[in-house]
Amino acid sequence: MAKYRTCIRELAFALLTALPGGPGAWAGEPVPAPHLGQPASAELVARWSLSVYPDGRGLPPGRATAAQGRPIYLERCAKCHGADGEGGSGGTLVGRGSLTDSDPDQTVGNYWPYATTLFDFIRRAMPMDAPATLSDDEIYAVSAYVLYMNRIVGIDDPLDADSLPRIRMPNRDGFIGVDAAVPAPPPVPGHP
Amino acid sequence: MKTPGQPFSNYGQPSPQQRGVVRWISANRAVPGNGVSWTPLHDLEGTITPAGLHFERHHNGVPQIPIDRHRLLIHGQVQRALTFSMSDLVRYPLRSQILFIECGGNSNAGWHRLPQQTRAGFMHGLASCSEWAGVPLSLLLDEAGADASAAWLIAEGADAAAIQVSLPLAKAREDCFVALYQNGERIRPENGYPLRLIVPGWEGVLNIKWLRRLEVAREPVMARNETARYTELQPSGKARMFTFVMDAKSLITSPSAGQKLDGKGVYEIRGLAWTGRGRIRSVDVSTDGGAHWAQAQLQEPVLPMAFTRFRIGWDWSGAPAVLKSRATDETGYVQPERSVLIAQRGRHGYFHYNAIVCWQVDEDGEISHVYS
Repeated sequence: MAKYRTCIRELAFALLTALPGGPGAWAGEPVPAPHLGQPASAELVARWSLSVYPDGRGLPPGRATAAQGRPIYLERCAKCHGADGEGGSGGTLVGRGSLTDSDPDQTVGNYWPYATTLFDFIRRAMPMDAPATLSDDEIYAVSAYVLYMNRIVGIDDPLDADSLPRIRMPNRDGFIGVDAAVPAPPPVPGHP
Repeated sequence: MKTPGQPFSNYGQPSPQQRGVVRWISANRAVPGNGVSWTPLHDLEGTITPAGLHFERHHNGVPQIPIDRHRLLIHGQVQRALTFSMSDLVRYPLRSQILFIECGGNSNAGWHRLPQQTRAGFMHGLASCSEWAGVPLSLLLDEAGADASAAWLIAEGADAAAIQVSLPLAKAREDCFVALYQNGERIRPENGYPLRLIVPGWEGVLNIKWLRRLEVAREPVMARNETARYTELQPSGKARMFTFVMDAKSLITSPSAGQKLDGKGVYEIRGLAWTGRGRIRSVDVSTDGGAHWAQAQLQEPVLPMAFTRFRIGWDWSGAPAVLKSRATDETGYVQPERSVLIAQRGRHGYFHYNAIVCWQVDEDGEISHVYS
């Protein structure tokens, strides 16, 4: 019966598409895409591209140290994350405790696999009361200060597009892919 | 009725007597747009969640987006970067599908040492089910000429968190679409108006609301919400990452915690089951804490990656009882007991809690949440 119906439908379709003179023709199945996408200029793509990858792709020019980041952190970040990154209404940022403790904190210092994620996330989403208002230098500075509080960089180590992807985070290899493989870390530029 | 009724209305609303059937909001006090609201599953029937009761997870509020100015950009490893207006997209061939969306953090109170006493939906209602309609992503990826060597797709929203996730490109091509409609109408602002990425059966966070950008990439971006969050720390100290598929889960919605049975007699036990791996095959129900099980009726149609309603009649004797439901999906996967899940995963994973839920009925018919 179903086969019979399919035959009738195909026959009707063949007849209809064959009919001359209508205001157009049947477009067939599946319905083809109308291809209405407009070319996006390189300038627009660059302006919209916010993603920073573990190899550093997407990082803008700019440079700052944790010493420069401290006052910015205290003014813009501390009210939610605590003066020492201990957390509050925002997440706990600082802590190097073991992830096998009985009640482990998951922090930038002991959990985040890539330092590039800090820049990416701060630039797109922080501070929550005024997102995307920090300059690139300020984002490098605050990223450096969060890493400094976790004893991952020194107070005067400059952070920029070159040095940030070279930082090896303590928990870089701490993840197991379940429904997709975790990619191997990118080669660090300039290192064998 | 001996008097004329109310006049017509342009957009109907629930009866004022149903004012208590609402989402329960749990938000960050310092940032009111950061938090969740829960679908009141215990008050609903059937399988479709009213759009106004669909759960919400916002990272920084609901943006108000002018539809005629919104664009979707597709770029990265493509032959040509393209933008699409919403009026462009609505001219494409559409598909519609009834699908659940479940937050990866749904039911997370189940990891707590003591059973949380709240209504069923306010613990398990970061899951909802709608009919979504939109444009198959494969059409747009083909138009842009996505590279054969690319394996990932980075999706980003236009909200104040500019939320970003990575998704395997194979899944995007297989069955994902960019939705313009929810339950027949344009998507509500809190559900992603004007455009939402729909990723059938996979973690809610991937279903990016207010979708504005898709970047075809060779590798995942390692965003905050796929590394620091939406990963699950295990007892070994290693964490599960890219746990995309939502495993089978079921829940008795009636009777459930906070409700009361009105004396002994016949009741219909009703609930919901769903799985990200296809269709629900069966749901077993126990009234004695798991010593004996009976198979519930599944309400037709049983659709893949959608809520499935189950029902079974029960003649309550008036004696204390413990109600449980246990879903099996078409892959043979069986919803685990809580003790089994915790033995496997520990208690610090936060996400992907899908253990069997137990409701205890006491002699007075009062119902509370217990662990076994």
